[in-house]
Amino acid sequence: MALLVLAAFVFAAGQGAFAIDAARLPAIAWSALQHWWQGGTDAGSTEQQVFAAIRAPRLVLGLAAGAGLGLAGALMQGLFRNPLADPGLIGVSSGAALAAAALIVMGALWFPSVPRSLGSWPLMLCAFTGGLVTTGLIYSLAQAGGGTRIGVMLLAGVAINALAMAGLGLLSFLSTDEQLRNLQLWLMGSLGGARWPVAIVACAVVAASALVAQRLAQPLNAIALGEAQASLMGVAVERTKRLAVIVAALVVGCITAACGMIGFIGLVAPHWVRLIAGPDHRVVLPASALLGAAMVVFADAFARTVVAPAELPLGVLTALVGVPLFLAMLRQFRRQL
Amino acid sequence: MDDFSRAGQRSNGPHANRRAWLLAAGGAALMPFGTLALAQSAPAASKNVANAVDGGAKAALLPYVGVEPPAATRLISLSGALTEIVYQLGAQSLLVGSDTTSNYPEAANRMPKVGYVRQLAAEGVLSLKPDVVIGTTEAGPPVVLQQIAQTRVAIALVQSDHSWDEVLRKIRLVGQATGRQAQAAQMAQDLQKEWDAVQALVRTTVAANRLPRALFVLSHSGTPQVAGQGTAGDALLRMGGASNVMQGFGGYRPLTAEAMAQAAPQVIVTTTQGVEAVGGEAKFWARPELALTPAYRNKALIALEASQLLGFGPRLPLAVRTLHQGLQAVQA
Repeated sequence: MALLVLAAFVFAAGQGAFAIDAARLPAIAWSALQHWWQGGTDAGSTEQQVFAAIRAPRLVLGLAAGAGLGLAGALMQGLFRNPLADPGLIGVSSGAALAAAALIVMGALWFPSVPRSLGSWPLMLCAFTGGLVTTGLIYSLAQAGGGTRIGVMLLAGVAINALAMAGLGLLSFLSTDEQLRNLQLWLMGSLGGARWPVAIVACAVVAASALVAQRLAQPLNAIALGEAQASLMGVAVERTKRLAVIVAALVVGCITAACGMIGFIGLVAPHWVRLIAGPDHRVVLPASALLGAAMVVFADAFARTVVAPAELPLGVLTALVGVPLFLAMLRQFRRQL
Repeated sequence: MDDFSRAGQRSNGPHANRRAWLLAAGGAALMPFGTLALAQSAPAASKNVANAVDGGAKAALLPYVGVEPPAATRLISLSGALTEIVYQLGAQSLLVGSDTTSNYPEAANRMPKVGYVRQLAAEGVLSLKPDVVIGTTEAGPPVVLQQIAQTRVAIALVQSDHSWDEVLRKIRLVGQATGRQAQAAQMAQDLQKEWDAVQALVRTTVAANRLPRALFVLSHSGTPQVAGQGTAGDALLRMGGASNVMQGFGGYRPLTAEAMAQAAPQVIVTTTQGVEAVGGEAKFWARPELALTPAYRNKALIALEASQLLGFGPRLPLAVRTLHQGLQAVQA
């Protein structure tokens, strides 16, 4: 699996509208790194610049995004014990989308004093907060008698998602052409806005989440046998649920904030892994992260090259490429399901 | 009894918590509605909203507005009007790429397209190895322009505000970028004469008659949209000597039958592409909303080619003249 990621990474690094000779890639990367290390302000050759300023942060963000979505998907499916569960179910994506849309459409009205020089940071912060608030809402709706009712959470998630989508519809109705265009681009997801600070923050969040998630693997295995069984086995069920939700919300909130909505990865990567490697969460969690990373990096390489010099939205492509592959897989393994 | 009340108290905590959550969610959900009500009750306020928001999006592009570009050897144009001016100055050999709105003259269609003007990709633009990129403040997303500017490519943008001055600014910019300043100045001078003549014509008719009540419809596919304030359509109606019946909102909005009857336009202005898209003039008039308007009775429709009408390029004086003549024909 790690090899697959590496292969995707190397493949994607060499692909792009801007032709960079794959054989010269290590040299370019190395000299770009040296250049940065020496703190040069004059910016090397164009190849170097394109690689260092545009393609490299994009690859890194793609890795982080895919890994985070795969991980969160595996966590959610483990927690809900439902094959349809995906990270969006706990409202992170739709909450983030609603908050981002609100800022895009109403931003200048509500916060006229926020300096424009902050660029896209306010939007990211807003999306992140929106995602977390929605998750908190769904989580608290599912509290009853000191426990979390997973069934209620599922339903509350579906309902809140519908509400958020309605809000989104209303906002897109209110928006001007320009805002609508921005909004749609954001909803379709893209790694095109990747810059180093964002990519590094996303990477850090995903790495930290992966560490926490790995400690949840054993308890999630127990929960798969049923909550009562798990607590008899001495698993802190409530704590596991809470941690899983928090980790998934943080990671998906962060990724959605950085690159918009990228669907499908979180749903499919864990299934794929389970078909190949079985249901043990100690394997499923890290493998889903790796597979997700490979899928996103791969899809993004296509997004950048298929209609070059223009660019396809990534969210569209992940589904367009991923779904047929997934269906083929299902067909092959349908007897085992 | 005692047990019951204790149980009640115990569950009071989470309940109060849940109520607070629901209240917060309700408040958040109602916020857009509040703004909607505000926008509808106060037209002046909604206009300010539109301006403020547009200004906000465009402010992110400000470092590139009004920049004097160096003379290019490999030029990319991100605006149909700018591309058109490049061709008129005979500098098309410098062009290595343009956006998808650059479709006039015909030859411009055969150039590599880097995407829709608001949806550009940094690598795509850079892959054509430009040294100068020109566009308007409609280009975006801003982060992509920033990425491009990080490399050694010069970016220069024209403030897009739907005015005659915008056209002159575009000509000046292209003159700079192509190193044909003298030719550009001559072209601007000629166009200015043409523009002055058109505006003088419009002023005399406007002084003599009441302004025809016009509606601008934009529909290239799907639901037709009507032009409110702050749009190119609105600016055009005023330049041509008509009054826009759609007052009190900014941007383009879908038509509704009742609002249409209320607005009572005498003439409808649209694009030839829009008319073709619905399948000809007869089909255009078949839309139910239009049946209730005075324009429908006379089948008063003015259709002009979209890039000429809305591009705010060198064909603007001609577009305004044609529009004005059409309006007069309707009134007569």
